Amino acid sequence: MVYLDHASSRPVDPRVLAFAGRYLREDFGNPSTLYSRGLTARTALEEARVKVARLIGAETPSCIVFTATATEANNLALVGGALRNRKMGTHVVTSAIDHISVINPMKQLQKQGFELSIVPVNSYGIIDLDALGRIVRADTVLSSINYANDEIGTIEPIHEISEIVHENGNYLHVNATAAAGTIPIDVQAEGIDLLTLSSNELYGPRGAAALYIKKGVRLQPVLPGGGQERGLRSGTENIFAVAAFGEAAHLAAEEMHHESRRLTTVRDALIGEILAIEDAYLTGHPAQRLPNHASFRFGRIEGESILLNLDTVHDIQVATGSACTSQTLEPSHVLLAIGLKHEEAHGSVVMTLGRSNTDADIPVVVDAMEKTVQRLRAITAL
Amino acid sequence: MEEKPQIGYSKKVMDHFLNPRNVGEVEDADGIGIVGNPVCGDLMQVSIRVEDEIITEIKFKTFGCGSAIATASMVTELAEGKSLDEALEITRQDVADELEGLPPIKMHCSNLAADALHKAIEDYRQKQAKTAET
Repeated sequence: MVYLDHASSRPVDPRVLAFAGRYLREDFGNPSTLYSRGLTARTALEEARVKVARLIGAETPSCIVFTATATEANNLALVGGALRNRKMGTHVVTSAIDHISVINPMKQLQKQGFELSIVPVNSYGIIDLDALGRIVRADTVLSSINYANDEIGTIEPIHEISEIVHENGNYLHVNATAAAGTIPIDVQAEGIDLLTLSSNELYGPRGAAALYIKKGVRLQPVLPGGGQERGLRSGTENIFAVAAFGEAAHLAAEEMHHESRRLTTVRDALIGEILAIEDAYLTGHPAQRLPNHASFRFGRIEGESILLNLDTVHDIQVATGSACTSQTLEPSHVLLAIGLKHEEAHGSVVMTLGRSNTDADIPVVVDAMEKTVQRLRAITAL
Repeated sequence: MEEKPQIGYSKKVMDHFLNPRNVGEVEDADGIGIVGNPVCGDLMQVSIRVEDEIITEIKFKTFGCGSAIATASMVTELAEGKSLDEALEITRQDVADELEGLPPIKMHCSNLAADALHKAIEDYRQKQAKTAET
């Protein structure tokens, strides 16, 4: 088996599980209570906040608000940020390749009277900085740009984007779900006001994510209730998931440099060999891309059938942006935004590497991919 | 009996996807039917040989997802050896039923095989009509 879909789900690091298991068994207290078991939980929560803050260079741990998912963190940043700061303006901006959990909250804001502008990208998926400069204006309350794209791996020039956004507009939100733990992020040096990251991308469990909120930036809660997380995210804290997230962030900070160098080597060898297949193309930027990310399109065949064949015949798991695996029957908006035709987008295959992948996987994957392409091209009507 | 929820494709769909029957194009075919559109992700071609109103040979080619390939393979199995009138009665639902069901979302977009078969038969009959005229 070769698992190549780390963008969609990762196993929990056994060290993380060993660290946090006690918060499900013995130390299961509610951090809002005052007896010792509650204080133990409170301590775990605050230690996790310190670790997550450190991973992204936040000025203080109190800048971190824990949520259950990255989708929720994005909603808090965008809906909570735009509504709270409506006085600054009612214009919001995102890119044509941002995640659906950014685009849909933006569309919700549109229904509440906000004007939404979409920044185009080039054929590599890099934000059109000139267009961004023309689009962002004094009443642009929030601009949201992904740090790196999970479908094509392209890393955005966030520092430059931040300078452009702040020249005329107000706050910059960055969805760093795909990037955090894989490449270094420094929210202060890069001029980021709000940033989303998620536990599972760091080999922590699902059920924990975080929003970094720069000191002084005000948001309104999207989930009112008992006032946990400084009133910004009510609901009893999931101490197990948050403690595990913290430990995963700590390990990522320690190991990211070495691991990313290792994965970059595997990735480049994999890309090189896959591109030797006839009518195969890279999607996304060739160099400015996530160390674990290899994404392609194959002419004349369709992504779902590639995925099925790789899984059932070769026990290799990949992803695709083809319409045939989506609920809407539309191909990935990311692939269309980088200029692919519908029939080209249907042939998409996304491989995201992780800790379990090594050089030894390359010949296995390449051989399986060659056989799969050959078999499906023998059937194709194109 | 308790009904089990169907997750993903049935075993029969996977069988036809992995071991498709009658792949290719009938040489000097008597009728060819093409349906679908690569823009939508599915394009299907069915070609037939007809002798005495009976489909004696049938082949398919498909660009598309797993169920697009499986339905085309299945329709060739269902139609082979049938008379043209019998083959015209094969419906999309028949194909899906023979495959032990398709995921609901796939019923429309990739279940085009019966249409391709019917088009191939129409194509054959039009050609026959033209030959009769001359």
